[in-house]
Amino acid sequence: MQWEIIIGLEVHTQLSTNSKIFSGASTTYGAEPNTQADAVSIALPGVLPVLNKGAVERAIKFGLAIGANIASRSVFARKNYFYPDLPKGYQISQFDLPVVGQGELTIQVEPLSGNGKPYEKVVRVTRAHLEEDAGKSLHEDFRGMTGIDLNRAGTPLLEIVSEPDMRSAAEAVAYAKTLHSLVRWIGICDGNMQEGSFRCDVNVSVRRPGAPLGTRREIKNLNSFKFMQQAIDYEVQWQIDTLENGGKIQQATVLFDPEKGTTHAMRSKEEAHDYRYFPDPDLLPLDITPSMLAQARDTLPELPQAKRERYVTELGLTPYDASILTSSREMAEFFEAALAEAPDQRKICANWLIGDVSAQLNRDGLDIAQCPITPKQLGGMLKRISDGTISNAGAKEVFRVMWSESGEADAIIDAKGLRQVSDTGAIEKIVDEIIANNPTQVADYRGGKDKLFGFFVGLAMKASKGKANPAQLNEVLKRKLDNNK
Amino acid sequence: MSLSNADVKKIASLARLAMNDAEIASARSQLSGIFELIAEMQAVDTKGVVPMSHAQDVSQRLREDKITESSQRELFQTIAPQVESGLYLVPQVIE
Amino acid sequence: MLNSSLTQMGAALHAKRISSIELTQLYLNRITELNPALNAYITTNAEFSLAQARRADQLLANGKAQSLTGIPIAQKDIFCAKSWRTTCGSKMLENFIAPYDAHVIEQFNNAGAVNLGKTNMDEFAMGSSNETSFFGPVKNPWDNHAVPGGSSGGSACAVAARLCAAATGTDTGGSIRQPAALCGISGIKPTYGTVSRYGMIAFASSLDQAGPMARNAEDLALMLNVMTGFDERDSTSLQRDKEDYARDLNKPLAGLRIGLPKEFFAEGLAQDVAGCVNLAITEYQKLGASIVDITLPNSRLAVPVYYVLAPAEASSNLSRYDGVRYGYRAPEYSDLTEMYERSRAQGFGAEVKRRIMIGTYVLSHGYYDAYYLQAQKIRRLIAQDFTEAFQNCDVIMGPTSPSTAFNLGEKGDDPVQMYLSDIYTIAVNLAGLPGMSIPCGFGSNGLPIGLQIIGNYFDEARMLNAAHQYQLVTDNHQRAPNNIGL
Repeated sequence: MQWEIIIGLEVHTQLSTNSKIFSGASTTYGAEPNTQADAVSIALPGVLPVLNKGAVERAIKFGLAIGANIASRSVFARKNYFYPDLPKGYQISQFDLPVVGQGELTIQVEPLSGNGKPYEKVVRVTRAHLEEDAGKSLHEDFRGMTGIDLNRAGTPLLEIVSEPDMRSAAEAVAYAKTLHSLVRWIGICDGNMQEGSFRCDVNVSVRRPGAPLGTRREIKNLNSFKFMQQAIDYEVQWQIDTLENGGKIQQATVLFDPEKGTTHAMRSKEEAHDYRYFPDPDLLPLDITPSMLAQARDTLPELPQAKRERYVTELGLTPYDASILTSSREMAEFFEAALAEAPDQRKICANWLIGDVSAQLNRDGLDIAQCPITPKQLGGMLKRISDGTISNAGAKEVFRVMWSESGEADAIIDAKGLRQVSDTGAIEKIVDEIIANNPTQVADYRGGKDKLFGFFVGLAMKASKGKANPAQLNEVLKRKLDNNK
Repeated sequence: MSLSNADVKKIASLARLAMNDAEIASARSQLSGIFELIAEMQAVDTKGVVPMSHAQDVSQRLREDKITESSQRELFQTIAPQVESGLYLVPQVIE
Repeated sequence: MLNSSLTQMGAALHAKRISSIELTQLYLNRITELNPALNAYITTNAEFSLAQARRADQLLANGKAQSLTGIPIAQKDIFCAKSWRTTCGSKMLENFIAPYDAHVIEQFNNAGAVNLGKTNMDEFAMGSSNETSFFGPVKNPWDNHAVPGGSSGGSACAVAARLCAAATGTDTGGSIRQPAALCGISGIKPTYGTVSRYGMIAFASSLDQAGPMARNAEDLALMLNVMTGFDERDSTSLQRDKEDYARDLNKPLAGLRIGLPKEFFAEGLAQDVAGCVNLAITEYQKLGASIVDITLPNSRLAVPVYYVLAPAEASSNLSRYDGVRYGYRAPEYSDLTEMYERSRAQGFGAEVKRRIMIGTYVLSHGYYDAYYLQAQKIRRLIAQDFTEAFQNCDVIMGPTSPSTAFNLGEKGDDPVQMYLSDIYTIAVNLAGLPGMSIPCGFGSNGLPIGLQIIGNYFDEARMLNAAHQYQLVTDNHQRAPNNIGL
C-alpha cells in the first residue's frame, strides 16, 4: 500500500540589517561573545524595545515578492517561555496579526532519484512574521555548565511559514532552495546557511492517500539542503516503518544527526508548551502606510519568476535553461551582462554559463559572484564565436586562458593564434592535398563508404592545426569528394 | 471558580517558582479569593468591544537601522552571577 | 528652609543664602537621624549626592542654573541610576548596581538636581502599603503604626517627613496618589506616555507611569517640567511639544466644571474621608467652580480588570529575573530548572509571586479569552466612561483612598482587602488619564485625607491650576507631622 508524504516548512531568515530588531546593537556575525549584547539584548531591568525600520522594510519586500497581502496593521506579541538564551523570558514575535499574509512561491522540482522529469509547482506561503532571534548556548564543557552568548539575541528574523503543500523531499528541498534564492535576490537576507542566516524547520507526516493528515514531527534547525533531504528521507521511512509495525506517531520536535543520518526526539522540550501569547504592551501596533509600500515596491528588482518567464518568451530559452539562469540574482545579472556584449548569442551564452562556466566554478568551489572571469570577458568571447573568428575548440582554449590567466578574448586569440582559417583558397589547397595523398580511401568513399568522411575531416583539421573553420571545411570536402562520386 | 492544588502546581511550574505543598495549599486559597473578585467581570456583555491593549491609540514609531551601541560587556558582567570567557554560565542545557 | 517650596528653595540657592552642598547635607543629616525609624530610604550615597551638589553650586555660580539646579530630590528605587544600587524593593535586585540611567534620572541630572537617595517601595511596585518591600515596611510619619501607602510609600514618607525637597514616584494603579493621600502630600500621575518609562523597572507596562510627589501643586509643576519629554527609547513615549506645567497655576477657577462620579461616593467610603472631600468640593464652589453629577458605570469593574491585566503583564515582565545575567541566584541547585525555580522562589516575595501566578494563569491556554481578553474589552468600556464624562465636566473629583492610613499588618493576610484600597485610583490608569491627589483634611484618627483630581488627557496644567488655587486658600498641604524634628 502506498503512503503519501506531507511536508510543510517554517524557515527562519535572518534579515540583513545593520542593527538588531529592537535595539542599536550590531548584528555582525562572529564577534567575541556578548560584545554585541547591549542593554536591550541582555534584558536589563527597565530597557524597552524600539522597532527597526530596516527590518520592517525587508518584511514588506518579501511580502511583495510572493504576492502576499501586507497587513496595514500588525501586532507584536510576547511568546513566553524560559530558556537561558532567551534573556527576557519571552520572545517578541507576531502571533495572530503577522505583517505578511498568504502568498505563493513557484518552484521548479527536480526529482532527486529515479527518472522523473523536472516539473513546476506552486507552494502556498501561509504567512511571514517578524520576530527576534535568541542567543546561543555553547555546550562545550565549562565544568558541566553551559555558556550563553547573547550576541545573536535580538537579530531580526522573518519566519516564513508554508502550507503543508510538499509531497516529497525533492519538493521540500526545491521550495527551500527557491526561497533561499528569493531572499537573497531581493536583498533581505545574506542566505549564509553555515552562519545560521537561513534555518529550516521541516514538519513531516505520512498518511494513506485520501486519509486525514497524520501526526507530524518537526525536524528542527536544518542548515543545509543536503541534510534536509537526508533528514526527510530518514524521517519518512521511520514514520512509515513505525506505522506499518502497528506503532503510533507522537507529535514531537526532533533533531537531525548528520553523522548518523538519523533523527531523534529532543529531550528538553517534552513539557507541554503554553506560550501565553499576548500583545506586547511595550510595542504599539505596526501601521504600514501606502508610502512605505510604494517605497518597497520601487526598490524591488525584477523577480526570478518574472525573469524566468521573460527568458522563455523573449529570449527563446528553454524553461530549464531559464530556471538555471535565474537560480540566483548574480547568475541572472552575469547572463544579462554577458549577453549585452553579444546580443544574438542567447542560446550559446546560456550554454556557456550553464555548461563550462558552472562546471569550472563547481570544480574550483566558487559561486558565480566569485567567478574569475567577468561577464564582459565572456561576452567578448561569444562575440568572436558569433562572427566566426574562433571555432568551438578555439573558444574552449580562450576560456581556459581567461579563467587561469585573465585577458580579453581578442588578445588571447591573437596571442595563441586561435583565429580560424576561413580563407577558401587555403582550405581548398589542404583538401586537394589530402585527396591526392589518400587515393585508396577516396576511392572507397566514392564507392559508398560514407563513414570515411569523418576521416577526411580529421586529416584536414590536423593539417590546418585545428584552425580551419569547420563549416567551411565540411563544405569544401563534401564538394570535392562528391564531385566524382 | 476554585483552583485545585494541581492547577496551582502547574502555574508555579510554568512561572518557574519552586513551591512546597504547604505553599501550594496557601496559594490556592488566596488565589481562589482573588479569582472570586475577578469573576465579577465575567457577567459583562462585551460583544463587539475592541480589546484595549494600550492607553493611547498611536502606532509604532520606527527606529533608523543604525548601530548606536558599543560593547559594554565588562560593565554588564560585573553584576552577573557567573561568567567565564565572556559567557554567562548556567547549569548544563540538555537538548 | 525645610518648609519652603521648590521655587523658594531655588531662589535661596540663586541668592546664595544657602549652597546646594549645605542644603544636601541638611537633608542627609535628617535622613541619618530619622530614617532608621521611618525606613523611607533603601540606599543613600552621600559622596555621590554631595558631588552632584558641588557641581550644582558651580552651575549656580556660573549663572547656568535651571529651576531645580541644586535641589535634593529623592528617587523611587524603581529608576535605574548609574552606579547606584537599584533594588526595586526586592531581594532579587538586592545587589543590582544599575549600569545605566533611566530617562527620568537623566532629566534630573541634566537639570542639575541632586539625587539624594533611593526610596523604599513595595517590591516591584506591587502593593498598597509598602509592606511588601524586602527592605522592610516604611512608617507613616503621621503615625508610626500606620502604613504610608504604596507602592511609592518611601517617596511619600520622605516628602512628608521633610527628608527631601521632592521625590519621584510611579503609579500603575494608584501608587503615587494613594501614598500621597495617606501621607498628606501632593502627587500627580500624568497622562500615560508623558514621562518616558526607559530605565523605570517595569511592573505593568501599559499602566506604569512616573510622576512627581511634593508638598504642593506648584512644586509638582516644576518637577513635571523636568520629568516629562519625548524619549525615542520608549516606543510608548509620546511625541509632543514640551509644555510648561506651571503656566496656568494662577488662573482663576471661575467656570470650572467639576464632575462628581456617584460611584466614588457610594458604600465603602469612610465617613471622615467623605466629609473632608465634600468640604473640599464646597471650597471649590466658593472659588467659582460648578458641580456636575456624572456616572462612571464601569468603574466598579476597575479592580477586577486591573487584577487580570496588571498581573498578566507583570508575569511576563518579571520573567527576565532568572538568575542568569544579573540579580539573585539561589546558592544550591542541581539543574537548570531548579536554578530558575529556586532563584525566583527565593528572590521574589509573597505578593510578587502571587501576582506572577495570577498573571500566568490568566494568560494560559484555555483562560486567555475569558480573563485577559475580557478584561481588555472592559478596559475600553471604562475608558469610554471617562470620555463621556469629560463631555460635561473639566475635571473629576473624589476621594483618593476609601480610608485614611490603615495599620501595619492590618490587611496582611487578605490580598483582596488590600487590593480594594485602590478602588478609586485604578480606573485612571486603565484609561491612561492623568490623576492627582492633594491633601484635603484629616480623619478622625488625625491622619491625612487626599482629594483625587482626574483630568482629561494632557490636561495636567488645568489640574495643577485647580490644585494650586485650592492650596492658596487652604493650609492642609502645609501641615507637617509631629516628631520629625522641625
